[in-house]
Amino acid sequence: MTVLDPAEVFRQEASELFDVLEGALLDLGLRPDDKELVDQAFRALHTIKGSGAMFGFDQVASFTHEFETAFDRVRKGEIRPDQDLISVALAAKDYIRALIEAPETTDSIIGDAILADLYRLVKPDNHADSELSTPPPPALVVRIGWQLHIEFDSDILRNGSNPLDLLDDLGKLGPCFVVALTDDVPFLDEMDPERCFLKWDVTLHSDCDRGAIDDVFIFVQDEMKLVCESLASVDMAPPLAPFEMPTGDSPVSAAAADAASQAAPQIEKKREEPKRADDKANATVRVQAERLDELMDRVGELVIAQARLSQLASATDDISIKAIAEEIERLAASLRDTTMGARMVPIGSLFGRFRRLVHDLSRDLGKPVEFVTTGEDTEFDKTMIERLADPLVHLIRNAIDHGIESTESRAAAGKTGIGRIEIAAIHSGAQVLVTVRDNGAGLDTARIRAKAEEQGLIAPGAAMSDQDIHQFLFHPGFSTAQTVSALSGRGVGMDVVKRTIEAMRGSIETTTVPGNGTTVTLRLPLTLAIIEGLLIRVGEGRYIIPLSAVEECAELSSSDERVRGRDFLNMRGDLVPFLRLRKLFDSEGEPDLHQKIIIASAGETRIGLIVDQIIGSHQSVIKSLSKLHSDVTMFSGATILGDGSAALILDVAQLIAAGQGLTDKPLKEAA
Amino acid sequence: MANILTVDDSPSIRQMIKVTLAPAGHNVIEAADGAQGLEKAKSNKLDLVITDLNMPVMNGLELIRALRALPALLGLPIVFLTTESNDTVKLEAKKAGATGWITKPFKQDQLLAVVSKLVRS
Repeated sequence: MTVLDPAEVFRQEASELFDVLEGALLDLGLRPDDKELVDQAFRALHTIKGSGAMFGFDQVASFTHEFETAFDRVRKGEIRPDQDLISVALAAKDYIRALIEAPETTDSIIGDAILADLYRLVKPDNHADSELSTPPPPALVVRIGWQLHIEFDSDILRNGSNPLDLLDDLGKLGPCFVVALTDDVPFLDEMDPERCFLKWDVTLHSDCDRGAIDDVFIFVQDEMKLVCESLASVDMAPPLAPFEMPTGDSPVSAAAADAASQAAPQIEKKREEPKRADDKANATVRVQAERLDELMDRVGELVIAQARLSQLASATDDISIKAIAEEIERLAASLRDTTMGARMVPIGSLFGRFRRLVHDLSRDLGKPVEFVTTGEDTEFDKTMIERLADPLVHLIRNAIDHGIESTESRAAAGKTGIGRIEIAAIHSGAQVLVTVRDNGAGLDTARIRAKAEEQGLIAPGAAMSDQDIHQFLFHPGFSTAQTVSALSGRGVGMDVVKRTIEAMRGSIETTTVPGNGTTVTLRLPLTLAIIEGLLIRVGEGRYIIPLSAVEECAELSSSDERVRGRDFLNMRGDLVPFLRLRKLFDSEGEPDLHQKIIIASAGETRIGLIVDQIIGSHQSVIKSLSKLHSDVTMFSGATILGDGSAALILDVAQLIAAGQGLTDKPLKEAA
Repeated sequence: MANILTVDDSPSIRQMIKVTLAPAGHNVIEAADGAQGLEKAKSNKLDLVITDLNMPVMNGLELIRALRALPALLGLPIVFLTTESNDTVKLEAKKAGATGWITKPFKQDQLLAVVSKLVRS
């Protein structure tokens, strides 16, 4: 079990709490009298405040405290949560989230404005100013410690508290000088060993605040007397005299002033140091994504170098070289996994954003929609999550705008008045499936077909599967919406969605049940940087097929009846179209006598690829192709092999498209 | 390292305590109510008791008073779990003889912090 950094745990917990809070607030808009929702929101706020303070998110704690105070009036039933209040509360929630996720870039002015709004709404008599006045900046006293006098109730030992442990805890705050006061200790014959007769004077050298000391004694504060005096150090302040000297340009005074101005920052520094050490203990390190990419690149190169080493080692008889090669292989693999792991984040953060989107869309379009998410903790490459945001926004907009029917037509179809958008993420092998499902009217296959025919994308009457027809939705400029709304229907978007997903080496599929809704499934690789590939040879060239696309491999003799003169291969009763890669790549030389066939799939479509040789699996670090090759669609990238030579990575989806292009041609000529 | 008794009618809370404390090397003994807790406290050599307050059969306050009445358990730290930072409840439990408290919902590191405050190796 790995021990998670508490601050990170807090961020995660907070993110869940934000969802609870947002959910409660949004639902409160629908059922303003639901006490339970108010309590739910209040509990979430309370926890954010408490935990925030605990993990050093002081700004979060103080802002949330104000928020909570204002909201308390709602809880007490003094104020009814109306739409205005909920909007402000949502803004406040967003602000707290920003404080946690990007504290550097979050301006407290926004927070003040939100609080002002909040107070205006909950306090018509306007006490806002007094409540809002920002706390005075901490006095610039350089504190050097505390003088403590500690007396415990004499029966403190009975209840399981140990004063010595408490003094130990105090010692953790800083160096302590402890004097035990023995005045009250009785003579031995009067001594009750179960009672505590000692008192202590402690000088604590620490810049901790009073709260830290109280925390040490939190369990016994009712059973003790604690006198706590700050050793505020007026004497530590830099001497002011040199600054007051007339600027006579005398070298001495200048030097003195210099010395003084240097002394000041030094004291400041002294004050900061212990704090920083403290921060280190429970802070996450924020790393620029570029650096992670760079690290990934280096690891990739290491993996390549390691592969070469392994290749060399396998050719030698030297046991010790073999041993080192194996060791390095193991280390490189775990380094690769760790590095990839560092880029993985749960997809829930992304889903959270959509709740608001759905809420706003549902309000704007007047279609009540409930939003359900599952699989929020599915981990996924961070860069990919960010790139996934826009496509998902498009899909959700489409689902609400086109998918979900108006309340009236839903009622007419005998469906519940409330539409439903479900978004889910799940791991499937080396892929992540993200689905957006609505329970709307479903795709109108006939209309898509009509539109495709109208735009000349298919010949009228051509035989096509519904699945293929639905793919036209992703054609540029294709929209079947009869009216153009502000949100969708312009035919811009779905093609961009498809392009984005394919650029991420993913695929997109739609399934639909007329009258019952549409499901759009995005299949995405876990990460962009490294894939498991199948290394193959075609002619003299070597290529990689992403292993996730490979379904099976089989041998195929040149005399095999199954392929002779046909474009389809009978695989256990299924007809699978195939491509001869030798022909496609114009390979020279004689084909191998025993050719192999690889059945690869992209989405629901399968294709057979005939190759000369299957070499084996290969960890491929993807290098993108240069701009010069950007129009070469059949390859998604390249990788470097163990011997230092390059291999191109095949893009199976594009190969299928290319194959379809080849077969379409004769069709069109015929037509 | 230490023998810790958790008394709670909610199995999930007991489980949470167990999974938190076991990796830290503690031996966690479970009891579902105060009466069971009292039996377990008599039959085991304990270093710490963590008890809920609202429980069937014998509640936490009664358990704390019963434990404090046993001379053999003198000085045994007893921590209670409380949902609200309600001072009345806290005072009452302290008066009954509790050493400290943990406010629910608590997190693993909070629990560990309290335990390490009261259990020394």
